Amino acid sequence: MQTVDDRKSQSGWQQVLRSAFNAMLVPFLAIFTAVVVGGVIIALAGGNPWAAYLGLAQGAFGSARAWSETFVWATPYIFAGLAVALAFKGGLFNIGAEGQLAFGAVATAWVGYALPEILGIEIPGILHLPLAIGAGILAGAIWAAIPGALKAYAGGHEVINTIMMNYIALNITSYLLNGPMKDKNPLNVIARTPEIAEGARLPVIFEGLRVHWGFPLALLVALGVWYLLWKTTLGFEIRTVGANPDAAKYAGINFRRVIIVTMALSGLLAGMAGAVEVTGLNYRHELGFSIGYGFDAIAIALLGKTHPLGVVLASILFAGMRNGATRMQFLTQIPVDIISVIQSLILLFVAADAIIRYLYRIKAKEDRLVLTRGWRG
Amino acid sequence: MSQAPIVLEARGITKQFPGVLANDHVDFDLRQGEVHALLGENGAGKSTLMNILYGLYQADAGEIRVNGNVLTLNSPRDAIEHGIGMVHQHFMLIPVFTVTENIMLGAETDHRSLKSQSPLVKLDRKQVSQIVRDFSHQYGLDVDPDAIVGDLPVGVQQRVEIVKALYRKANILILDEPTAVLTPQEAEELFRIIRELTARGVSVIFISHKLKEVLAIADRITVMRAGRVVGATTPAQTNEHQLAAMMVGREVILSVQKEPAQPKEDVLVVENLRVRDVRDLEAVRGVSFTVRAGEILGIAGVQGNGQTELAEALTGLRHIESGTVKLVGRDLTNASPRAFTQTGLAHIPEDRQRHGLVLGYTIADNMVLCDYYRPPFSQRGVLQHQVLDDNARKLIRDFDVRTPSPYVAAGKLSGGNQQKVIVARELSRPVRLVIANQPTRGLDVGSIEYIHKEIVLMRDQGVAVLLISAELDEIMSLSDRIAVMYHGQIVTTVDAKAVTREQLGLWMAGAQPETA
Repeated sequence: MQTVDDRKSQSGWQQVLRSAFNAMLVPFLAIFTAVVVGGVIIALAGGNPWAAYLGLAQGAFGSARAWSETFVWATPYIFAGLAVALAFKGGLFNIGAEGQLAFGAVATAWVGYALPEILGIEIPGILHLPLAIGAGILAGAIWAAIPGALKAYAGGHEVINTIMMNYIALNITSYLLNGPMKDKNPLNVIARTPEIAEGARLPVIFEGLRVHWGFPLALLVALGVWYLLWKTTLGFEIRTVGANPDAAKYAGINFRRVIIVTMALSGLLAGMAGAVEVTGLNYRHELGFSIGYGFDAIAIALLGKTHPLGVVLASILFAGMRNGATRMQFLTQIPVDIISVIQSLILLFVAADAIIRYLYRIKAKEDRLVLTRGWRG
Repeated sequence: MSQAPIVLEARGITKQFPGVLANDHVDFDLRQGEVHALLGENGAGKSTLMNILYGLYQADAGEIRVNGNVLTLNSPRDAIEHGIGMVHQHFMLIPVFTVTENIMLGAETDHRSLKSQSPLVKLDRKQVSQIVRDFSHQYGLDVDPDAIVGDLPVGVQQRVEIVKALYRKANILILDEPTAVLTPQEAEELFRIIRELTARGVSVIFISHKLKEVLAIADRITVMRAGRVVGATTPAQTNEHQLAAMMVGREVILSVQKEPAQPKEDVLVVENLRVRDVRDLEAVRGVSFTVRAGEILGIAGVQGNGQTELAEALTGLRHIESGTVKLVGRDLTNASPRAFTQTGLAHIPEDRQRHGLVLGYTIADNMVLCDYYRPPFSQRGVLQHQVLDDNARKLIRDFDVRTPSPYVAAGKLSGGNQQKVIVARELSRPVRLVIANQPTRGLDVGSIEYIHKEIVLMRDQGVAVLLISAELDEIMSLSDRIAVMYHGQIVTTVDAKAVTREQLGLWMAGAQPETA
């Protein structure tokens, strides 16, 4: 038998690599299988799968412009994916990222265009941009903390409540964008806010390309989420409540507080997705721009195995597919909808990983992810 | 007995699990009408063998014969068809159904043809309840077919399981640790039923790790250790010490060595405690007692008499309706679990996997489950991984946890080592009171010996110990005083040296002590 110290020398990088390999095996094979099945579907529909996938790859990563657009797509995916992943780690299923994102965007847009008017001054960028993003993340955090509190104190299941709060958020947003916050420009017929002030905008990284500083910010935030979860006391509490709520209570963790804090942090990240879209890309909030980010985020969190690094990789993949789809359609006349099919297949294979494990004869090594618990959980 | 035909025979059964050879060429046979006990520690491979015989697992090698015919058992249904029935340690009953409904479950049609099942067949409750009555009468089982299972005492629920197997025409019964949940009197009753069954030709495999009862009930005894059969004997040819040595592979000390207690000041004072259970019924009904520094107070009782709720109330995990809890003079009634630990409580919880550990966490993280937030383990909200590492390595050494590294997930450890992780964590910080609830349940003899020694050591260092256990032997050998709990109340508190097993058993079953 090896002694404890023998094993220590062998741990470190080898162990990290081995566990990373194990974690990425199923998602990787799920993507591979979905691409194969997608290819069969394309072929059955009379298309050429090779040409289609080549077009997809070119559109996603074939040029500086393609990379830029992929990163533009990936930015909100990363924030929202981190939001869902963080909640999963705390044993909570935040389906409400969509609504939290919308409120984040609304709050950011308001600070961006209305605050200078109200104060009657031009706010310097060094202050205005943080204020605008701060308002967005605060709005998201508060909106998510409500279902957190409902869960902690009233036993209301977060899945139901976040879904319901999506409807509330999206309808209030619709009202605001059609009413009090609507761009008053007489030429405007769209439900959208006025443009935010110059000072509240995130600059682009390279002149002529749309990719903006929100993307590096997203990577930084992913690193921050990793640090929070695995290096801090609060992260220990979040993961303990997520992994075993009974043991968390036994350990003296104030699990009610942790549930609310976890939801608030999750909403903060979702709100940031909205805030960064407004400050970095659209410079306003427009009804319907974000439809689906919050839901795609669930798929991304699952594909990324709820790990921040996995979320970043999954976001770039999904973004690349979304972005490359147009070029694929242009080159091969295969409709972009096939991409949704492939993305759904990926998710299906990741969620029902028994299929993948059976196909490739992989033994279950890790614990299964608990997506959600019962009312009493 | 040796003339009776062999009804079940397993030859060369081998079963490999990842990292463990659970069964290594195991031979086992069962003759008609005998009780063949399978004795071994947890993890010896008894359950694996039985699960293979019951069709839950498939053996990698070896063959099974029933009545001389070689069989492949792919599922419990196959086993049932060949007359093999199993009563699991955790009953497979639906509490809100009646006895009759539970017995029909999975065999809803005519019990003569288990195979032809249609989902739309009419349930013939009347016929089945008559059959239950007949069995009851025939084997002296005493089961009311119309009772709701959840209302029945555990001993009776077990009989329902036996009837269920008989209804499925089992003539080979596998009983997995059947006495774990019974009072001594209920166990006696079970033994009577087993004798009744064998007299009528039913053959019984009796799985246990308790030496006394194996000697009392078995015709033959087979001992397993580490996946192998290490010996076969009969009660006439052996004794407890010999069996224990076979089971563990070395001589073991069966009784706990300890000096008389020297109790000092009151540490835990409980007054008139009332607590409700999950169903909102009063589970603890006006309990008062005191535990002093340097003594072990044992709470004896059959499971389900309020001990779980009592322990939870005394550790901040369950709301107290009325009454008070004082720990070293501080009123902690309805205080948080953290307030209890900070005042000096160490809690070895009843369900180690549910409360005591996060199975997916490493040993290192589990070792600080209650202390992660305070220095030196955390500084300004950041975990100090080097400190956690050093802490884990020290405790693994001091408490003899068998693991290749502190970074193994707790869920990968054996039950005994999991419990050692909890004991190490709880007893390594300065404490005034230890609440140990079923501290050795399901553990092997070696681990039990170790944990008992640690508990006595705590007592000798002046710590107050509240021991809650359903194992009467454990209560009797560890405690200085014994309180008997029945229906949420403490029936009586006695000096451990001045009481007999039989007397305790009667109180546990609800007999009132004579007021002298």
